[in-house]
Amino acid sequence: MSVARFWRKIPQRYNLIGTVCKTCGRHFFPPRSFCPDCRRSGEIVEYKFKGTGTVVTHTIIRTASDQFEDLTPYALAIIKLDEGPRITAQIVCTPEDVKIGMRVKGTFRRIAADGASGVIYYGTKYVPDE
Amino acid sequence: MVGIITYGVYIPRYRIKVEEIAKVWGANASDITGGLGVFEKSVPDLDEDTATIAVEAARNALLRRNIDPVKIGAVYVGSESHPYAVKPTACTVGEAIGSTPRMMAADFEFACKAGTAGIQTCMGLAKSNMIEYGFAIGSDVAQGAPSDALEYTAAAGGAAFLIGRQDPIARINHTCSFTTDTPDFWRREGQDYPRHGGRFTGDPGYFKHVEGASRLMLEELGKSAKDYDYAVFHQPNAKFPQKVAKTLGFSIDQIKPGLVVPRLGNTYSGSCMIGLAATLDIAKAGDRIFVCSFGSGAGSDAFDISVTDVIESADFNRASAPSVEFLLKNPVYIQYAQYAKHKGKIVMQE
Repeated sequence: MSVARFWRKIPQRYNLIGTVCKTCGRHFFPPRSFCPDCRRSGEIVEYKFKGTGTVVTHTIIRTASDQFEDLTPYALAIIKLDEGPRITAQIVCTPEDVKIGMRVKGTFRRIAADGASGVIYYGTKYVPDE
Repeated sequence: MVGIITYGVYIPRYRIKVEEIAKVWGANASDITGGLGVFEKSVPDLDEDTATIAVEAARNALLRRNIDPVKIGAVYVGSESHPYAVKPTACTVGEAIGSTPRMMAADFEFACKAGTAGIQTCMGLAKSNMIEYGFAIGSDVAQGAPSDALEYTAAAGGAAFLIGRQDPIARINHTCSFTTDTPDFWRREGQDYPRHGGRFTGDPGYFKHVEGASRLMLEELGKSAKDYDYAVFHQPNAKFPQKVAKTLGFSIDQIKPGLVVPRLGNTYSGSCMIGLAATLDIAKAGDRIFVCSFGSGAGSDAFDISVTDVIESADFNRASAPSVEFLLKNPVYIQYAQYAKHKGKIVMQE
């Protein structure tokens, strides 16, 4: 990942900053600047997600790409945020403990790093909230 | 009066027992636990470092009280294990709690007392109306070289204290410091692990400075140990704080709530601050707390703190963030090989 690409998305990675349509109440993450339901009558504003949600489905990664191979085995899940949107993220716990329907909350973690001398990429992972 | 507006702590869930480390180096575990009074220590997860611990501690502090993060005008993070040599941890914390861009920020380094130096800085800024609130954070993933005495205690954790003038949960009545140039413990640029002067860290280091700052504080206020309900001292092990407390006239009951090192280890910049947080977890309005940190190099910061009614009011909710006791419960114990991986002690192929 380039430094600029990481830097541009810091609000989303650190604080789950998305958007909401004030006309229909639909939330968007990643943020959208246009509501596909309300179209021209939609009014999009910035929204900070609470960071809590439910596991929709999950898998255990045992063979990862170079940047994540130190973390294996780890659980990767699709999480339905309480406001509606679904995101894919790592669940930090014993991988076998992750269950469909499990409540989770966001936690600030190191996501990856560009080697020993490059930039460290921080962001949001999830931990059990039960 | 300037004081603590809210506070929060974060401790990673992993622990390693002293026996497990002793087993690897052929040392006698009971001699070590008997000498240090430490039985296990916290270990960071593979994706945790000083910045992630500082962010979680600050966020936990903000869960306890409804504070607009935009009004936090300063963030200072004290640590001797900042993730970058050049690029402040404080900027990452500020961004993650929503206080950027109108804020002052810097990383502090003064061995184990960099966090309390941050409290003093925020006190000055708040008292002079330069800021409404300031975060002082002590956070470390402490380093100890393999087989070194430090490896048995060097732990991970952090605490964040929001300092301000308006309705503090605890007033900071007075602070003073005692500082000299003492090479008791150091880490040179580019070195992975610190070095220390062995027994030299005791009398000329810890005891001289903790007693120096503590006596200075008691003299300046005309108080003695019996005027306090609780006392918290820097805790590199369980023996040092108990010995200095006794010398100064404090009882074991006064230091017990804040003595977290037997189950946590030495969290360096977080050590004394987590002890204060554990004491605030059980404190009542009207309680008076004596605090004295220590940082090698060397210096001590002493604080005289009075808990106010606000800690029991509707403005402050202690239960909405985890207590130190909660964070110490139900740890996940790991073996030395996993610990070595978590701490980056295994040399990997590039």
